[in-house]
Amino acid sequence: MITAERKPITEIEAMLNPFRRILVVGCGTCVAECAAGGEKEVALLSSALRMDARLKGRKIEVGEVTIDRQCVYEFINELTGFVDHYDAILSLGCGAGVQAVAGLFPKMPVLPGLNTKFIGETKETGLWIENCRACGDCKLGYFAGVCPLTRCAKGLLNGPCGGSKNGVCETNPDTPCAWQMIIDRLEGRGQIDLLQTIFPPVDWSKYEGKGPRKIEREDQRSGS
Amino acid sequence: MEVESNLKKVLMNGHFAVTAECGPPKGADPDVIQKKGNILKGYVDSVNVTDNQTGVVRLCSLAACAILKREGLDPVLQMVTRDRNRIALQSDVLGASALGIRNILCLSGDHQSFGNQREAKGVFDIDSIQLIQTVRSMRDEGKVIGGDVLIQPPDLFIGTTENPFADPFQYRVLRLEKKIMAGAEFIQTQCIYNIARFKEWMKQVQDRGIDKKVYILGGITPMKSASMAQYMNTKVAGMDIPDHMIMRMKSVAAKNQREEGIKIAIETIEVLKEIKGIQGIHIMAIEWEEIVPRLVEEAGLYPRPAV
Ligand code: SF4
Ligand code: SF4
Repeated sequence: MITAERKPITEIEAMLNPFRRILVVGCGTCVAECAAGGEKEVALLSSALRMDARLKGRKIEVGEVTIDRQCVYEFINELTGFVDHYDAILSLGCGAGVQAVAGLFPKMPVLPGLNTKFIGETKETGLWIENCRACGDCKLGYFAGVCPLTRCAKGLLNGPCGGSKNGVCETNPDTPCAWQMIIDRLEGRGQIDLLQTIFPPVDWSKYEGKGPRKIEREDQRSGS
Repeated sequence: MEVESNLKKVLMNGHFAVTAECGPPKGADPDVIQKKGNILKGYVDSVNVTDNQTGVVRLCSLAACAILKREGLDPVLQMVTRDRNRIALQSDVLGASALGIRNILCLSGDHQSFGNQREAKGVFDIDSIQLIQTVRSMRDEGKVIGGDVLIQPPDLFIGTTENPFADPFQYRVLRLEKKIMAGAEFIQTQCIYNIARFKEWMKQVQDRGIDKKVYILGGITPMKSASMAQYMNTKVAGMDIPDHMIMRMKSVAAKNQREEGIKIAIETIEVLKEIKGIQGIHIMAIEWEEIVPRLVEEAGLYPRPAV
């Protein structure tokens, strides 16, 4: 999933300051899963905004709505008409959601309520870890299912740096060394020799390409 | 006139090599490098110049190497993949060769989160092993990454580092083998304090016949004080100083700790001289370059061979 964290309330309030009628829009998919922008978080943030405004003697109106996916037009369309009543939208979607909503309502200021973080997995309740940078050319088959581009702080593809110690990364004692994980797993399978082939430089054109990437699928288009 | 790597000649002639490290200043003053170079001149075969070590902005390694070259030293250009992409790295390799620099040390580099530019974007376009392979192919095949042909290939003796004290221990030797496969010709190790572990590592190196394929120089850093030893052991990535070593430093009065550090360094050099497969030492006297001549002399490694 795409993970995100809510921005500090002070930053959100500063952004919303020029507006009186605000629609807080949540998203029911990734950011709901990571407890940052789902229905529950929309409700919490909306009451906090109302409460703060009241304490400061400001009159605001905060509307709440959560759609299934903020990154897909057919869901965003549910907001058509409904949004006209408001001065601004505060999106609790990921960066893609904010942009899609802004794209559909170009006259309306659409502001980000979240900081989008990474593609990650729910490791434990309340713990999400980054494990894919969407490089466009998945290499996990070579690395026992641990992505060194993402989970090694230096993105090394040919083994651990000299700072790997006691299983943790030199940059952060809270982060496991990706290479220790890869080596342990391959050793457990008796496949450590797989690492003796030099992995060539990454083809970053699949990542950066000629600017933003897109996927075009004729089969999907004609089907609709 | 053909310029050759002094380090390569010393090693190829079977001498026990001595290299030392020179950290460029946090400023644009060329005199600092000149002075450091002149302290080391005659006492070492080559001088490594660090590349923005620990992610702290300093005068660039390439310029410092050029200054040392002018002073008559044989510089080793340290090059990390943290700050430059493959275009810049390959271009600097050509530039170094054009300036008469004949040695390169390929590294990944300390992570940028350690230095004074913690908000920097780490590049890591390629890793150190890929850099070794790239320089080797530029030199031997006259080709850059992707196969484009160079009009004049660079001439560089190619080295890298290895840390026998890092984990996973069982993989360190395999990784060294991979560096040699990529084309490394000499290795400078991390500072050696844990001699037992170093010997264990060297045994694996010998068992796999790696010492026959590459020149290995053991890393030496004289400790200035017990607190420096403690600091390095806990705060510097990849460092392994056994407790008995720290205790030994602590056991002498503060004013005598420098002498104790020098004594330990010389003892370590003596041990290294006896280890089969060790062809030299690399002295990293951090901001203490003036101690290098004394270390070299007292370790019986002076004068340096003229090759
Ligand atoms: S190799 Fe690429 S696609 Fe696969 S997990 Fe890593 S970053 Fe993601
Ligand atoms: S310690 Fe491990 S994860 Fe961290 S940078 Fe080094 S190899 Fe990568």
